[in-house]
Amino acid sequence: MDTLFSPLGDQAIVIELGNKINEQTEQAVRKVSALLESRQPEWMIEFIPTFATVAVFYDPCLAAYEGVKMELESLLIHLGDDIPAESRTVEIPVCYGGEFGPDLEFVAQHNKLTPREVIDIHTSGNYSVHMIGFAPGFPFIGGMSGKIAAPRRDSPRIRIPERTVGIAGMQTGVYPIETPGGWQLIGRTPIRLFLPENDIPSLLRAGDKVIFKEISEDDYNVWEENPDAKNA
Amino acid sequence: MLKMLKGGLQTTVQDLGRTGFQKYGVIASGAMDPFAHRLANLLVGNSEQAATLEITLVGPVIEFHEDALIALCGGDLSPKVDGDVVRTWRMLKVTKGSTLTFGKPRVGARCYLAIAGGIDVPKVMGSRSTYLRAGIGGFQGRSLEKGDELAVGQVTKQQQALQQKIENEFDWLLPPARYFEEPVIRMMPGRQFDLFDRDSKKRIFSKAFTVSSNSDRMGYRLEGSKLSLETPAELISEAVAFGSVQVPADGNPIVLLADRQTTGGYPKIGQIISVDLPLISQLKQGQRLRFKEISLADAQQRLIEQEQSIQKIGAAIQLKWEEWT
Repeated sequence: MDTLFSPLGDQAIVIELGNKINEQTEQAVRKVSALLESRQPEWMIEFIPTFATVAVFYDPCLAAYEGVKMELESLLIHLGDDIPAESRTVEIPVCYGGEFGPDLEFVAQHNKLTPREVIDIHTSGNYSVHMIGFAPGFPFIGGMSGKIAAPRRDSPRIRIPERTVGIAGMQTGVYPIETPGGWQLIGRTPIRLFLPENDIPSLLRAGDKVIFKEISEDDYNVWEENPDAKNA
Repeated sequence: MLKMLKGGLQTTVQDLGRTGFQKYGVIASGAMDPFAHRLANLLVGNSEQAATLEITLVGPVIEFHEDALIALCGGDLSPKVDGDVVRTWRMLKVTKGSTLTFGKPRVGARCYLAIAGGIDVPKVMGSRSTYLRAGIGGFQGRSLEKGDELAVGQVTKQQQALQQKIENEFDWLLPPARYFEEPVIRMMPGRQFDLFDRDSKKRIFSKAFTVSSNSDRMGYRLEGSKLSLETPAELISEAVAFGSVQVPADGNPIVLLADRQTTGGYPKIGQIISVDLPLISQLKQGQRLRFKEISLADAQQRLIEQEQSIQKIGAAIQLKWEEWT
């Protein structure tokens, strides 16, 4: 594995595990994260894993850059080839189109499909979560069919309601909180992805498999009013 | 208890931020000027992590419902207690029923109000900081408004003793942090510095930039010289940090601050060093700044020196406290 280190300012170091998004790089990111989680070097404050890098934030009063780099290098020797923890599968119910998915029509037209076909393709993908970032619990989800890929909006919307499902390029994702954003919006889920009251405040984690399942507006409403109703 | 008679432009509860949750996409938040926040707490005998009020430009009107020890550090927003001008960077005693008001912002944009015992709001993910966009932390996840009542945490025996003994002011203050009209802010080259064209690499360290009106706790947008990449590049999103200077396609740099997102895909031309973050956080719209290059080793040396000096100031304050009590 080709590993590069470089500073992100005076309190963080970036471990670069690859320069493209692929399965091997993502595995490496997950392994490094698991290792940091279990070792917790005393100078470490926290870390942020992304598509191809892990940024480690540290206290320079406890260790300077070179020292941190050396320790990380020796830590990474322990990275075995064993497969990391089994991945979970999370089902995300989505009510597509209408006011929940104002861009479903655009995505369909852009790909010369009907909205029905877009929904069928979106619910049949083989998805996995590449990373969590940008906003609390926001999953960058890969594995979407290129048949429903769509460009970002020229001008981002000022407010996207929480739990809206979107498409940008070959990726799909869900906005966990209300935020500005430029993705094409195709539907909304009644389930929450940001759980501030939980120890792990994100429903999804990098490596999770995701299944999108279509639900009707009635089901959506029942589910939203009663989040515990698993079989709405 | 503190009662807000007016909320001010944007008054929020902040501490040193939410650490350990950025891997779940959770924004760190925390004081924009952590130095001022920490010293305000030390002045009133709190731990550095205690929650303070971050007061921005147009201050609130606050009524104290009990006697209290307070300190105001950071920008000078012309504070008055019951109409009398009070100074920043010192400890004050306020009595039950008195009112704190603010006037014209004279120096800086943000002032930190620390109170003995700390602002007592529930911790969310280990922090009392307000994260406005998600509506969590601080006081009900939002800026303070007229009528809000804030509880104060438990005071120590020493804080209580001093509070009872003292009349009003102490004839002792810290040398105020120096904020500048047109600061020179030290910056390390960023992770994608080499992707920028030669001119941009020069201009970032030679031209003045202006803080645009489109600036908030998430980031400051700068205007001045447009910066561009040697060749357009698609970057893979990666982590950003407090003080990262990223450049979107329009060429105007954005400095990421306390409420920054956790990751970003724009190239980072630079990274403001930790000790100079207060200099930028205290700038108002329309103010100018310049960047100066510094090495990583120097930046870390400055940070260690600053930590040592905070330790010393803390020890000096402790000695004063012993003298007074």
